[in-house]
Amino acid sequence: MAFMKILIAFILLWPFVGFLFNGLGRNYWSKKVIAYKATGYIVASFIASIFAFLHVQAHGAVTVHYFDFMNTATLKIPFDFKVDALSSLFLLVITGVGSLIHLYSTAYMKDEAAPHYARYFAYLNLFIFSMLILVLGDNYVVMFIGWEGVGLCSYLLIGYWFTNGNYNYAAKKAFIMNRIGDLGFLLAIFWLIAKLGTVNYSEVLTYERISNLSSFDITGITLLLFVGAMGKSAQIPLFTWLPDAMAGPTPVSALIHAATMVTAGIYMITRSNILFSHSEITQNVIAIIGISTALLAATIAIKQNDIKKVLAYSTVSQLGYMFLGLGVGAYSGAVFHVITHAFFKALLFLGAGSVIHAMHHEQDIRKMGGLKSKLPITHITFLIGCIAIAGVPPFSGFFSKDEILAAAFAKSPIYWVLGVLGAAMTAFYMFRLYATTFLGKFRGSADQENHLHESPAAMTLPLVLLAIASAIAGAIGIPEMMGGHHWLAHQLIPIVGEPVELGLTHSMEWILMAVSVSIALIALIIAISTYIKKTDEEPSTAIGKFFYNKWHIDELYNEAIVLPLNRFAGFLKNVIEKQVIDGAVNGTGKLVQYSARKVRLIQNGQVGYYILFMVIGIILLFVFWFNDLSILRFFSNLNQH
Amino acid sequence: MPIQYYIFFCLSLFSIGVVGVLTRRNAIIVFMCIELMLNAVNLLLVAFSKMYYGLAAQNGVANTVGIDAQIFVFFIMVVAAAEVSIGLAIIVMMYRNTHSIDINFLNRLKN
Amino acid sequence: MNVLEILFYVLSAFALLSAIMVLVSKNPIHSVLWLILVFFAISGHYILLNAQFLAIVNIIVYAGAIMVLFLFVIMLINVKKDSEPQKHLYVKFIGVIAGGSLLTLLIALVKQAMPLVGKNVLLKEGSIGLIHPLGKALFTDYVVPFEISSVLFLSAMVGAVLIGKK
Repeated sequence: MAFMKILIAFILLWPFVGFLFNGLGRNYWSKKVIAYKATGYIVASFIASIFAFLHVQAHGAVTVHYFDFMNTATLKIPFDFKVDALSSLFLLVITGVGSLIHLYSTAYMKDEAAPHYARYFAYLNLFIFSMLILVLGDNYVVMFIGWEGVGLCSYLLIGYWFTNGNYNYAAKKAFIMNRIGDLGFLLAIFWLIAKLGTVNYSEVLTYERISNLSSFDITGITLLLFVGAMGKSAQIPLFTWLPDAMAGPTPVSALIHAATMVTAGIYMITRSNILFSHSEITQNVIAIIGISTALLAATIAIKQNDIKKVLAYSTVSQLGYMFLGLGVGAYSGAVFHVITHAFFKALLFLGAGSVIHAMHHEQDIRKMGGLKSKLPITHITFLIGCIAIAGVPPFSGFFSKDEILAAAFAKSPIYWVLGVLGAAMTAFYMFRLYATTFLGKFRGSADQENHLHESPAAMTLPLVLLAIASAIAGAIGIPEMMGGHHWLAHQLIPIVGEPVELGLTHSMEWILMAVSVSIALIALIIAISTYIKKTDEEPSTAIGKFFYNKWHIDELYNEAIVLPLNRFAGFLKNVIEKQVIDGAVNGTGKLVQYSARKVRLIQNGQVGYYILFMVIGIILLFVFWFNDLSILRFFSNLNQH
Repeated sequence: MPIQYYIFFCLSLFSIGVVGVLTRRNAIIVFMCIELMLNAVNLLLVAFSKMYYGLAAQNGVANTVGIDAQIFVFFIMVVAAAEVSIGLAIIVMMYRNTHSIDINFLNRLKN
Repeated sequence: MNVLEILFYVLSAFALLSAIMVLVSKNPIHSVLWLILVFFAISGHYILLNAQFLAIVNIIVYAGAIMVLFLFVIMLINVKKDSEPQKHLYVKFIGVIAGGSLLTLLIALVKQAMPLVGKNVLLKEGSIGLIHPLGKALFTDYVVPFEISSVLFLSAMVGAVLIGKK
């Protein structure tokens, strides 16, 4: 127990020390020192996480108590951390992928000046720290602390190149949308405290406590929690911040939007699965929103021409799949997809970063092409990532996606059909991206062509490692029907319960799998054959335009919400702030000055007046001194009437 | 003589002195009224001293009960003398500087 | 009516009258002279109370030295009869009222003070006013203030000279 306490402290504190070190000393250290330190801390955390994971495997779940955060008679919120199978798995993913991204960033951000370089790594370390707190917390409040922390760090990192006004706008958008979600989360916490008087997992997430809540309560709380997840994990309607968040550096996109922050929502819902299982309505809501987000994002991604935007919409779409999984009760499937998605999405983003780096910060895929020969390692790893995301066996994406689709089919075949449609579109747009970027002839300028070179080892090594992970990560969740022992599901039994029997026969499952894989393969082949030769210029059809313009959702939000709010804020500023509040404050000052001017005239320097007032004062003093009883009686008589 | 008579008499003298201080404009007259007040107080002290002496002497024993008050009066006179000398010196200086001993005119403490 | 009582009333009336004349006189020299009369009346009171030492000291110090000092200063400054502008009638009125209310108040306070009811002042007798007991007390119990008062005089002299320097 003590071992675990120290271990967790280390895991948490190393990134935080990295943040302090890089943040406060950013004007002193050289870039090399900063890079080593920052990456080293995260790698150390990763190694410690491995120890924690093994400890949990051997000894089971552990709750580590540090101190009492809030301790009142009715409400006790301790600063506890829970290390069990779910959180230790997430620990491994966060620190593992995080350390790879740190390594990658040391080369990618090489061109920055030293103070800014240090600032970047400080924020990155702080981000990992907040994410770890989120995942390790033993109650909703500690999780919320981490929740807020990652929201803050995403703002800081998206707006990293702060001299560009558009980037700042994107950062603000991300933070504000997150905030809306946070409001839902907070309301859920308050509701929990009001009804149950506690927020600790061990006390909230038990069947006895939950049966005390009315179904209205449970539905309300879970819906509010889902609102929080919506904001953080970019579901409809709070998803428009994620594509704009591509303004940040590519490794940041990889870390935040592929591997960690956006999965916070999934984690939170998985952790609270008991609550969600009790509310039919919320589960339906989650599933519907999940699948709609998946489809909507996929349609937009088909028409995008910026390499990072395609990947961003792909992230939104895959998140939709995860929520679909949560909504139909396939919690271990959703967690599985989170893990595999972390690997291949980070891989894809880092690969895109490598391409952008080689193309000297060009991001439009219409200007790329034929990079296969110039960037061999990037090419192979990117291809592996694309195959994984398309759901082609035996790479990891197939297993996780299929688990979700099978559970969806068991709930309702419509979900399955839509899911397969989405999978087909995923395969289509990913291979469109792949073909346009790597196959065919180079379409950029001659200057760029001369500049093309493979990225340095610090960037390709993470790519390779992530590619290997994407390829073999499926092994942790091979379902029984294929002869595997679903290790992940067994791990998560203490948290999500026994895997639900889907009621599908083995042959049914084989058929489902075969259908989805074949449709994906068909989409893949169509994409490659189409885009190996041509590129998409401005779309001509109406539907094409609609998809290209992101369904005009941003414009809708702007008109409906942003502009009225701006007008309201302007009104508040001009009328209330300037006239009412300033008037009151200034008025008080003017009043004091005026009265002072009048009172000052008493001091006229004439001794006679002074003595007169002295005498009057003495008289009054005597009167009050010797008659205090009668005066008090007089006043009390007054008060009685 | 009941002590009240002395008290009333001294209080009257005292208030006449107060009225004088408030009413007159000549600095020297004001000063003199202050002396008047001091004298009233002196008389009252001596009266009290005799009162206590009388009370104690009713038993017929020789004593010096009220002597403190008379010594106090003596010291008041001492202090009054010193104060008068200084005060008059100041008044003379003010006259030399401003050629007036009107206290309304000497309002350097204004505002 | 006792001789002593008559004497008391006469002296009191005399003192009060002279005090009012001090206030009312226009000529400052007249005010000084009336004040000297007040001091004489007070000294008469002292003798009535058998405080002989204080009576003589009052005459010598107050009426003799201090008032003469006042006279010197008045003559030095050469205050004329009507050169002093009068205060506002309003102010005088207020001043009189204030003083009068002070008097009324204090009398009212003292009138009902319990410890003082029925106590009488011993006139004409009593040895504490004589010089012998007074001197004894002064030089045994109160010798320290006595010495300090000499320092006080020294400082007053020095102060007066300093202030008076050009």
